[in-house]
Amino acid sequence: MTGWGFALPFAGLFAVFTAGPVLASLVMSFTDLRSTDLRHPLAVEPVGLDNYQRLFGDELFLRAARNTGIFVLLGVPLTMAAALLVALGLSSGLTRFRTAFRVGYYLPVVTSIVAISVVWRFLLQPDTGLVDRLLGLVGLDGPNWLNDTSLALPTLIVMAAWRNLGFAMVIFLAGLQAIPRELYEAARMDGAGRLAQLRFVTLPVLRPTVLFVAVITTIGYVQFFEEPFVMTQGGPLDATLSTAYHTYNQFGFGNYGYASAMSYLLFLVIVLLSIAWFRLLRSNT
Amino acid sequence: MSGRRGRDRVAATVLHTLLVAGLLVMVGPFLWMLLSSFKSFGEILRSPPTWWPHDPTLDNYSVLLRRLDFPAYFANSVVVAVLTTAGNLLFCAAAGYALAKLRFAGSRLLFAVVLGTIMVPGIVTLVPLFVLVSNLGLVNSYAGLVLPFLAQAFGVFLMRQFMLSIPDDLLEAARIDGAGELRIFWRIVLPLSRPALATLGILTFLASWNNFLWPLVAATTEDRYTLPVALALYSIGQNRARYDLLLAGSVLVVVPVLVVFVALQRHFVRGIATTGLR
Repeated sequence: MTGWGFALPFAGLFAVFTAGPVLASLVMSFTDLRSTDLRHPLAVEPVGLDNYQRLFGDELFLRAARNTGIFVLLGVPLTMAAALLVALGLSSGLTRFRTAFRVGYYLPVVTSIVAISVVWRFLLQPDTGLVDRLLGLVGLDGPNWLNDTSLALPTLIVMAAWRNLGFAMVIFLAGLQAIPRELYEAARMDGAGRLAQLRFVTLPVLRPTVLFVAVITTIGYVQFFEEPFVMTQGGPLDATLSTAYHTYNQFGFGNYGYASAMSYLLFLVIVLLSIAWFRLLRSNT
Repeated sequence: MSGRRGRDRVAATVLHTLLVAGLLVMVGPFLWMLLSSFKSFGEILRSPPTWWPHDPTLDNYSVLLRRLDFPAYFANSVVVAVLTTAGNLLFCAAAGYALAKLRFAGSRLLFAVVLGTIMVPGIVTLVPLFVLVSNLGLVNSYAGLVLPFLAQAFGVFLMRQFMLSIPDDLLEAARIDGAGELRIFWRIVLPLSRPALATLGILTFLASWNNFLWPLVAATTEDRYTLPVALALYSIGQNRARYDLLLAGSVLVVVPVLVVFVALQRHFVRGIATTGLR
């Protein structure tokens, strides 16, 4: 029983503050719990699937779900493609200063999304911002990135890729490092050029790494919240409202049961997307 | 042969040019933040923007530190991050040791439950945590900010995976010499686990320093705000256009983390490559 002696402090805290709330959230999602019931959370009425049904009539939720879907569907491949390109460049055997590059590309990953969002909002300002200034140098007239209903969400997607590609890059680099040199030598003996080696050696062997990065990045992107909170407050005209943001707002309005249902749907989507990635990328062998 | 080498040199030059251009895109925003934080409000508003501060000033920082409560937010962030990190190091190392090296009833179940929650998004526990913390009377307290993050799944996972590699013979030998479990843990297991502890410590500190959603909800008055909460609320409040102050505030949030990261970057890479978690 010494085992429990070591595990108990962790297990106790984990049960009370993580495992318990995960279950409680599921239960709450089937009730009409509101902030006014805060002192008596057990005295609420069960409402079955009402909260979940209500979601599909909630225009704002549907808008948020669509925005989140676009964010994930475009953001995850963009982030991974950019990260893979950088990782391939750094592991090509031609590159010097690899540590400096790796540290530089990884920098945004360790910094607060709130601070990054403030900085990018400043960079993207019309007239006084650096981005429009740089576009001006090559004769282009920059748009009002964050105030344009069709541009705001794509702008946040590109910014997310900028912030997260360093993480995917480091994982890809580790995966690339683990590919045995002999595979490349054998391919070269068969007359394979660099592109053929990439297609027939690197990418197939890297598949489990790609799967891992896809799942982790998807889990993160499904929950995006800080960027629209700081940069657009979900606007213009709800163009950047995310599901997590809508959930937070409903929590703020005191609709606890409803917010729980929404958060559980988000969890379900994460599980389903992970399974989809697994199906898509599992090895054929 | 020389043709091939020549081609490699061209390829290397092109590659370096692209990588440096990319690096500027990655690091440029941080440099711009730093430079602009030394500009006056008048200069910030200038169109087109100036590159280098014309008249470098520390006024923005002195407003943040003297007129606004940034020293308090900074202290709150430090207290919360230090307590969270210390707790995770202790609890996750102990539980990780139990799961890796000691047999006990329910250990598989415990590990399965811990792993099962790793994919659960933070917003799922938001409502029940708030109900719980409110009923404990801990809203707007350090305890309320720290307790929910003291024992995290990924810390136990990291420590367990690392401790599996400690040879059983070593622990067995110590047992034969009459050492108790606590002594073995403290004198043998923890020192051998130093690399994993370093990784866990750094990652936990960073995650806590940058954490936003929970402190946004759990800190209800200004004197309990952490830095990201204060910065976010200033940036959407009446100071929303005061980029001179907002950028200096961003520097206060970002620079400590960048210093830690650049100094200890080897630990990051090891931790991320072995666990795949931030």
